Amino acid sequence: MKLQRKNRVRALAVGALAVSGALALTACGSDNTSGGSGGSGSSAKAANIKCEGKGKLLASGSSAQKNAMDVWVQNYSGACQGTEINYQPTGSGAGVTTFLQGQTAFAGSDSALKPEEITKSKTLCKGGQGIDLPMVGGPIAVGYNVPGVDNLVLDAPTLAKIFDSQITNWNDAAIKKLNPGAKLPDLKIQAFHRSDDSGTTDNFTKYLKAASGGAWKHEPGKKWEGTGGQAASGSAGVSSQVKQTSGAISYFELSYATSGKIPTVKINTGAKAPVEATVDNASKAISEAQPVGQGAGDLALKLNYATKAEGAYPITLVTYEIACDKGNKADTLPATKSFLTYVSSKDGQDALKALGYAPLPTEIADKVRKTVATLS
Amino acid sequence: MDYSTSPLSETPPPPPAAASVSGRTVRPGDRIFLGLSRGSGVALLVIMAAIAAFLTYRSVLAISGDKSNFFTTLDWNATGTEPKFGIAVLAFGTVVSSVIAMAIAVPVAVGIALFISHYAPRKLASPLGYVIDLLAAVPSIVYGLWGALFLVPHLSGLYGWLDDYLGWTGIFSYSNGAARSLFTVGILLAIMILPIVTSVSREVFLQVPRMHEEAALALGATRWEVIRMSVLPFGRSGVISASMLGLGRALGETMAVATVLSPSFLISASLLDPGGGTFAQNIASKFSEADTFGQDALIASGLVLFVITLLVNGAARLIIARRKEYSGASS
Amino acid sequence: MTVATSHRHRKVAEPRPPLALKQSRLPRWTLPVLALVAVGAGCGIGLVAGLDSTVQWGLIAALLFVLATYLLTTAVEGTRQAKDRLATSAVWTAFLLAVVPLASLLWETVARGTKVLDGYFLSHSMGTLPDALPGGGVYHAIIGTLEQVGLATLIAAPLGLLTAIYLVEYGRGRLAKVVTFFVDVMTGIPSIVAGLFVLSVWILILGFGPSGFAGSMALAILMMPVVVRSTEEMLKLVPNELREASLALGVPKWRTILKVVLPTSIGGITTGVMLAIARITGETAPVLLLVWGAKTINNNPFDGAQQSLPLYVFQQWQQGSDASYDRAWAAALVLIAFVMVLNLVARGIARWKAPKAGR
Repeated sequence: MKLQRKNRVRALAVGALAVSGALALTACGSDNTSGGSGGSGSSAKAANIKCEGKGKLLASGSSAQKNAMDVWVQNYSGACQGTEINYQPTGSGAGVTTFLQGQTAFAGSDSALKPEEITKSKTLCKGGQGIDLPMVGGPIAVGYNVPGVDNLVLDAPTLAKIFDSQITNWNDAAIKKLNPGAKLPDLKIQAFHRSDDSGTTDNFTKYLKAASGGAWKHEPGKKWEGTGGQAASGSAGVSSQVKQTSGAISYFELSYATSGKIPTVKINTGAKAPVEATVDNASKAISEAQPVGQGAGDLALKLNYATKAEGAYPITLVTYEIACDKGNKADTLPATKSFLTYVSSKDGQDALKALGYAPLPTEIADKVRKTVATLS
Repeated sequence: MDYSTSPLSETPPPPPAAASVSGRTVRPGDRIFLGLSRGSGVALLVIMAAIAAFLTYRSVLAISGDKSNFFTTLDWNATGTEPKFGIAVLAFGTVVSSVIAMAIAVPVAVGIALFISHYAPRKLASPLGYVIDLLAAVPSIVYGLWGALFLVPHLSGLYGWLDDYLGWTGIFSYSNGAARSLFTVGILLAIMILPIVTSVSREVFLQVPRMHEEAALALGATRWEVIRMSVLPFGRSGVISASMLGLGRALGETMAVATVLSPSFLISASLLDPGGGTFAQNIASKFSEADTFGQDALIASGLVLFVITLLVNGAARLIIARRKEYSGASS
Repeated sequence: MTVATSHRHRKVAEPRPPLALKQSRLPRWTLPVLALVAVGAGCGIGLVAGLDSTVQWGLIAALLFVLATYLLTTAVEGTRQAKDRLATSAVWTAFLLAVVPLASLLWETVARGTKVLDGYFLSHSMGTLPDALPGGGVYHAIIGTLEQVGLATLIAAPLGLLTAIYLVEYGRGRLAKVVTFFVDVMTGIPSIVAGLFVLSVWILILGFGPSGFAGSMALAILMMPVVVRSTEEMLKLVPNELREASLALGVPKWRTILKVVLPTSIGGITTGVMLAIARITGETAPVLLLVWGAKTINNNPFDGAQQSLPLYVFQQWQQGSDASYDRAWAAALVLIAFVMVLNLVARGIARWKAPKAGR
């Protein structure tokens, strides 16, 4: 019995030690407050951010706008100490689902709400409905890895055939015709697409369908429908495959091409000169977009993928924030409104450029600001 | 465990004489303990039944909404207005990659376990066992990172060689893409489950009664004969159970597969060329962009994974039941 | 001759008198010489055949060595000894085969992980730092993982242990069969399904927000079957004689279980629980659904979003920038170190509690 008691005491001591150790640990850490050297948007003037509401704001959705959201959150919480914004890049579909379940204050999405989703949102937004607010635009770059070639021009039909396994070698006549001066090697084309469903795939295939003049026969969508090719998960996945595979070509957001130093294809749109994937060129294409929203506050856009305008890069992506126009949850409304006001402001939009995103064109941004001001 | 040990120190042990006489009376301690253990069994049952009901409900929703055959369709299109999806490719990929993984991992793991328990120098054995336990704990995302950045680039040479000599079989034909195929998944899964299978097998081999081994040695058996006659028969059910643990992990592995495989909805005879898919990988790939019905469809595929695991486990149980004479349990 | 026999004796590890008085043996130097010859031949064949991979040279050499040993031993010592040698070679090969990838994995993680791993990294969260920039830390994820895994273990380990005890020591009726069946079913649950189940019950129906505890419940569901299966296996290995001896002395059954059966198998049970913890420590999907993920510190597992180490690794990997890759590897290293410490503690407990075993 004595031995037993001793063991118990010892077990208790171990337990106490563990608990106190854990307590000590919880006390010793701290949140990172350094702005990050060279933080692109950190120069935003705190005075321009109007803080309202306090507490924690949950949001989730599109991973395409993750980097933009990171910088916005950094700037916003630098100015507004009482608010903590937690945006998780779970994917657009999951973001909309959790928003409709009432878990989040707003969602980020690569595509506008579908009619049935708007119907569902009416039960969540008392007296109102979910609306799409375009916030971030960006070019989708087509990156490639062909030894000895660093200035590649392609057009939509050729891209469609490459990604549909109809053109399988880099020295194909169709590619040669578009690149008269380039030394194209005899190398098998390895076309990579996304293995996960994605808004990037959606926009890229919409472009192929609209601009290739019938060369792309599949239905555009988040899921890849093309023939053949290889797949990898996430933009990070496909871009790293392009980087390490000779003869590879794929599509991803411009920021991945910039950070991975992957050369990008210039698109022959029918304009005078082939268009490069840059932030400015994407902005130009977005300014041609038509509003197609259902209901007064909904600002969903329809992009013109077949644009032939000078210097307009046709493969672009616009991502939205989705919130209720009326009937947002009372405890998160002030903070949501104040955050979205900052995001759509000139400061918020200007912070995007350095990240490889395109700021919204002025007239669209004005509409967004007006709508955000009426959220209730 | 707190509540189960607390009555221990309070109740004085009954006098042995009384106990031996009253063989049929149930002591309060026994009753409490039986109640506790049976209670937790029931609790587990309730949780499981709830999950099963939940899964079945959502799967039925999905399968009844499927516009094509759920078992034979070679496509996964669950979010459109005309949802068409089927599990044929996933079932094929999951089974094939797991079979490859088990075929590689189990013999090697048993070898390592024997090495640690019977062959390695005593001083090496215990740190080795420790390292193996440690590797069993490496999260699968790390295996995935390593597989994508290290394993895949190093495999195309081997695949080219296999294609040269065995390409005529069709199974081993290879057309020089990146080595992101079902076979690669099998190899990576084998490496992943190796530590788990080894760790449990080693533990079992160490439990072999010393007398059995010494008796065999005394009869003049060589070391291999000792292992074959006393260690392996004793450890068989343990090894099978360890393999099942490993298989469970291989069947359900998500992240490592998603980083290494180049998925497509095609069944191809060649295991070395990119393509194919597994249940868990498909769930992970499609889940983030799925709407509610898309989730249901993925859950339905999860249910099939369930059933496959169940069949495998059942088979293992049968094998183990045949070897019951080695089990020490009172039943 | 004396040299040769002593060598043999050491390998068997049990001194015993030789069976036959005149048994011919290979001299001690045979094996090293054979090995050298095999390596030479392997290199020679590799050079002549023009194989450029040194791995192939090694394989050829190994094959030659095994074959030569087998043939030579058969000729000199007989088939039984030859089989023994063959088994020894096979076991060694298995070991070396496994060491290469596993060592490479550890090496890569350590080499890449130590780049940004320092005191600042361990004691700070990401705060509001964008993931694309260098800096930040993993502290919030460590706290989250400790609390979530701790809570999950508190739920799953006692339940799993008691269930296993029930199945092995008491279970005979229909209930035991049903429980066994469902434990088998449970091992096949994809982790995301467990996450979805808790999501729909705890968050959608009961209306709680995401929290560390919600994640722990899903992790516990994943952990329980592993604990039950491995504990069951270990309890079955306890010799029946021990139980019978204890019962014959008049010790009640519950005390027999607690004082004889459990201590005898505590080493194996601990390993099983450790493996279960290891499995759930690396889970990403349910954590993403239920704990939500966060960039700042939250010490309270029962309220508000938290971060966890595997989710952190996954998100940093997904981010795809150089800075985030560095952080992903460093966090993976932290995760491995965390499990290592846990392992050491468990082993300490097992050694301290276990009765003196034969080995």
